[in-house]
Amino acid sequence: MSNILVYIHAPDGTPTKGQRELLALAARLGEASAVLGGPADAAALSGLASAGATGFYAAAGGLDATGLIAPAVSLLEAAVRASGATAVLLPNTVEGREIAARAAVRLDAGVITDAIDVDAELTVTKPVLAGSYTVKAQVTRGPALITLKANSVELPEAAAAAGAAAPVHELELGETGPAARITATAEHAATGRPELSEARFVVAGGRGVDGDFGPVEDLADALGAAVGASRAATDAGWIDHSAQVGQTGTTVSPQLYISAGISGAIQQKAGMQTAKTIIAVNKDPDAPVFEIADLGIVGDLAQVLPQAAAEIRRRKG
Amino acid sequence: MSQNTGTPLNILVLVKHVPDVQFERHLTTPGQRLDRSDSVLSELDEYAIEAALALSESRGGDKAGNTVTAMTMGPDAAANAVKKSLQMGAAAGVHISDPALAGSDAGATSLVLATAIKQLGGFDVVLTGMASTDAETSLVPAQLAERLGVAQLTNLSKLEIAPGTTTVTGLRSGEDGTQSVEAALPVLVSVTDQANEPRYPNFRGILAAKKKKVTTLTLAELGLAEGAVGAAGSATRVLEAAPRPPRAAGQVITDSGEAGIALVDFLADAKLI
Ligand SMILES: Cc1cc2nc3c(=O)[nH]c(=O)nc-3n(C[C@H](O)[C@H](O)[C@H](O)COP(=O)(O)OP(=O)(O)OC[C@H]3O[C@@H](n4cnc5c(N)ncnc54)[C@H](O)[C@@H]3O)c2cc1C
Repeated sequence: MSNILVYIHAPDGTPTKGQRELLALAARLGEASAVLGGPADAAALSGLASAGATGFYAAAGGLDATGLIAPAVSLLEAAVRASGATAVLLPNTVEGREIAARAAVRLDAGVITDAIDVDAELTVTKPVLAGSYTVKAQVTRGPALITLKANSVELPEAAAAAGAAAPVHELELGETGPAARITATAEHAATGRPELSEARFVVAGGRGVDGDFGPVEDLADALGAAVGASRAATDAGWIDHSAQVGQTGTTVSPQLYISAGISGAIQQKAGMQTAKTIIAVNKDPDAPVFEIADLGIVGDLAQVLPQAAAEIRRRKG
Repeated sequence: MSQNTGTPLNILVLVKHVPDVQFERHLTTPGQRLDRSDSVLSELDEYAIEAALALSESRGGDKAGNTVTAMTMGPDAAANAVKKSLQMGAAAGVHISDPALAGSDAGATSLVLATAIKQLGGFDVVLTGMASTDAETSLVPAQLAERLGVAQLTNLSKLEIAPGTTTVTGLRSGEDGTQSVEAALPVLVSVTDQANEPRYPNFRGILAAKKKKVTTLTLAELGLAEGAVGAAGSATRVLEAAPRPPRAAGQVITDSGEAGIALVDFLADAKLI
């Protein structure tokens, strides 16, 4: 069976949904091994093993966490050479794309981003042009470096019982090349809500919330949804930039996207129009967002959202 | 200006001519190539041009010996992306154009750009946008850093070189949060749409642009073989493409006091709750 590597950005006791999707897909394509992009304790290894990893690669002496991207590229390059992997799956994040991009230069390989599926021949399905086309593409040279969008892979019902985790191959990286230094990190404030890019449900607000994200957050919490926003709302400072959905924010493909007080500009649609179901609430009947909504509600979000949140809570009892 | 501006900077900004995102965009059949009529300067590159001009101006601008050069790779019409950069304030342009370049993927594109950058030589900062609005991969900036052997400062929402220094500092939105990052020159920088507010070309800028020099480079002049670029040199291939079926027209209701309940009924019918 061919070796498939999965790049794990931050190993943790409980793998994230995105990491489990990567490992589940890798296990479907071959023998899945995890490349550890950060320190991993026994709990992290067994968590990854139960998600499908049967082997591990790590940087001997640990990965230089203050070097931007270049150390991770050296690790991935070394892991590909050591494993002879035919494919590497990475998250479709800024980091995942950049690591793949640079490793591809070193390995004389091809990269395909934004994958939503990969078949046994390593043919990749991906949306292009802001979701207006779907293409199938292949890497023709070197290992296939593929970044996978979250919410693309059906996860197995029950995780495999965690056996004893396989030993970790420690790789000597040597000089990893010029890199910018990360001198400080301001972590995103914990909201207690699902992570936007991998959430099943998203409720997003735009300029129409007029400074008050309360109704959007309330409906999100009633549904167990992540909170998103248009750039107009993040630019206004009503909510953190990390909530921005769209061309220059996060791309989401949830089961359900509720858009409230968002007009539906092309840059916003680019980040959400592959959602399974779209509901739009907007007081302007001519808002372009209604063209892509499965259910459109012409109305005031300050009325409609609280009523819906209360009704959901009532039905849940 | 009397501030200590330090050594002048040579700044190169990379720009791309792309189909206007405001119109419907098409892939051609056969071939699955992007139809490039109705193209404009990628709006995400305007932030890179603005960042380049602001960096230059922070050190005294043209008068103090700083230069901003705009470079593009693409067919004849791509010269318009350089032209707009010159109108915004870049001092000179470079246009890499060759029929053999058609169909280049990110890897092949970064090879051509890196070869040209090395040949032109002497850049302290190479600036790009965060992504092109047509391919949307964000691969080229990182690949350029790799090929040029310089540090990458990518996805920056803020960028600064303190007066008199050669250290670039910035803020980067990463997976773990907002990172403060720094590197010594020379560097590869990409900026996001949070980085600045791009200026509009004014009448003087438009007139001045007509006199600015644009150098054209071919593959032969770069010393690259045809097989190393274009579709032949790319390590990826598109097998097929299909327009996404339009979303089935949904129902639109007008709130008369009960739309919140109707929303929940819809969710229940769709088995989402
Ligand atoms: C380079 C670039 C990148 C961009 N990237 C992104 C991106 O990633 N994501 C993004 O979203 N945008 C992006 N934009 C901005 C985009 O073009 C739009 O300007 C933006 O999406 C508009 O946000 P909005 O819909 O919230 O605001 P508006 O377009 O102002 O729409 C507000 C809507 O709210 C409705 N409304 C007002 N009050 C109420 C109410 N009480 N109840 C219900 N509805 C109400 C109005 O009818 C209107 O339709 C980008 C733009 C550029 C140039």
